[in-house]
Amino acid sequence: MSTTGPDMSGRTRDDLVSRPWRGAKRHYDLFKELTIGILVVGLLTLGLSALLSSPDDTTVTLRQWSRSAPADFIATATAELGGTSDSAQYGPPYNSTPDATQTLGPIDLQSLSGVRIPIDTANDFVIEPLKTLPVPPAAIRVWTAASDAQRTAWTTDYTAALAAAPDNDPSRVKKGAYGPVPALTHALLLMAGNGALDNVIQAPGQFYNMDYTRGILFLGDGAYFPGLAQAQHLTGDQWGVMNETGNYPGQSWLWLFSFWYQIEPFSSAPNADLLVVFVMLVLSVALMLVPFIPGVRSLPKWIPLHRLIWRDYYRKK
Amino acid sequence: MSHALELLQTASGPGLIFSWGPFAIQVGNLVVITVMIVLFVLALFLPFPGEKRRK
Amino acid sequence: MSLGGPAPAEPEPAVSEDDEKSSTWTGAARRWLLRRLPPDKLLPDDQPSYVASWIYVFGMATIAALVFILISGLVLSLNGPQWYHVSELGHFVNSVHLWGVELFFMFMVVHLWGKFWMAAWRGGRTLTWITGVLSFLVSIVTAFTGYLLQTNFDAQWIAFEAKDALNATGIGAWFNVANLGQIFMWHITLLPLAVAAVVALHVVLVRMHGVVPPLDAADSDSQLTSTDAAPSESNGERS
Repeated sequence: MSTTGPDMSGRTRDDLVSRPWRGAKRHYDLFKELTIGILVVGLLTLGLSALLSSPDDTTVTLRQWSRSAPADFIATATAELGGTSDSAQYGPPYNSTPDATQTLGPIDLQSLSGVRIPIDTANDFVIEPLKTLPVPPAAIRVWTAASDAQRTAWTTDYTAALAAAPDNDPSRVKKGAYGPVPALTHALLLMAGNGALDNVIQAPGQFYNMDYTRGILFLGDGAYFPGLAQAQHLTGDQWGVMNETGNYPGQSWLWLFSFWYQIEPFSSAPNADLLVVFVMLVLSVALMLVPFIPGVRSLPKWIPLHRLIWRDYYRKK
Repeated sequence: MSHALELLQTASGPGLIFSWGPFAIQVGNLVVITVMIVLFVLALFLPFPGEKRRK
Repeated sequence: MSLGGPAPAEPEPAVSEDDEKSSTWTGAARRWLLRRLPPDKLLPDDQPSYVASWIYVFGMATIAALVFILISGLVLSLNGPQWYHVSELGHFVNSVHLWGVELFFMFMVVHLWGKFWMAAWRGGRTLTWITGVLSFLVSIVTAFTGYLLQTNFDAQWIAFEAKDALNATGIGAWFNVANLGQIFMWHITLLPLAVAAVVALHVVLVRMHGVVPPLDAADSDSQLTSTDAAPSESNGERS
């Protein structure tokens, strides 16, 4: 054996570690151990399930949002009309807002797919759903006939007015030139409150649907839905990636992924997601390649926990 | 079977969090991680049943 | 010595003379497989004497947990993703699935810790280590897609947050976390198959290479030189 100690790499050599074991054996029953393992783990799993159950917080619907936080709903609907919401400004794959993507120097992966899930927030979240009403509001024609500049002016002014109103209450907004925006957003609020918007926004005119992109984006653009998540410690800056609702354990194996979002430079970086994904990819590959990394692969030699594991063997050496 | 103690459900209330500086851990995860460490330490120290040597 | 009962010292011929003469691809593959993993290595009934620590049960415990994840997952998917909201039995099966997953990762990580501190990649076992880490990573992705299928508030929030990481890397357009139909197929078919394949490969590699000997084990150790030592491997392989 080498005088510098055991070879900590994974290399195959003509040595004791690489050859099949020719020394003392012990009795071992694979199938019996597997059976015992399944029984023990089964008891644990079934026992924990019976005792502690599992979380199932009901979904948040647009109906619930409109009824619980109407001011927030109206403000968000206004932002969707004005193209100023997070979704409207997201960039690919939803739309082609310039400079919206997360980049790392010249690397711009977000643009690769192009606009493959096109979302036009003003039309998809507000106008088109309203058009499906039995009596679509007349305000739709006013909106459709207006120029982009006029629409922007209306929505910008109404957004400011809502923010300035007491409790952001749309009914206590200062009088101003907001065009059809108050009527449109109010009509949408009523539509949502009746439960009609939830289905229509996801898959207009269709019976079947399994794509909830629009509903999720619309919900996320407001403050109500993220606020509920914040209350449950589920947001990115609360280690939310690894958490679960209530006191249930979440995905504790995502601890390191969650960690990066808590510290600079990630926590205030506009491209935080891209950075964290890169860091975790590098670390994951590094973990896979530990046998090839000098120093790291020698840690077991320097911190000899193995002397506990194999203490019987070493005693009889 | 349906009348689980539901000890962990706080009726859509937030869970219990322990935090120090930038670190904040929710009680469920804390228990899981603690149990893992305990299992690891126990596995290292607990004696393993004597072997039946194969002749 | 066919008259005197089983003769452990006699190597079992894994390759007959006729086999050697066959030049078919199938025959060559069979010979290769039998050389690398003969039946008594695939399903051994002994272990090296140093495999005597509780740390060694965690690999098996992980697989046991996986069995319960698969069975409960099968029941959940057969009844559709909405079932557990409206059925008490469904909710129980969902709980089994969740706690199975928690235990699965707990055991897997303790197994990982143990294998790291044993430097279990030594002696040509790098692929065993790599497939182990790969199992971990693929399992994490599988679990993630599972959380998206809960069709509850948590699923909504996770979809909303996770879209950013996937969109930032350009794949969100094809892996739309808000599209239940897409994610369902990933979670109940593609990814479990991937997990099963990587885990199977990992286990086969463990069987092929055997459990790694202790650090600082030497040919002069009593466990190798004493008369108690078991006979050599029956296939006479030196790898």
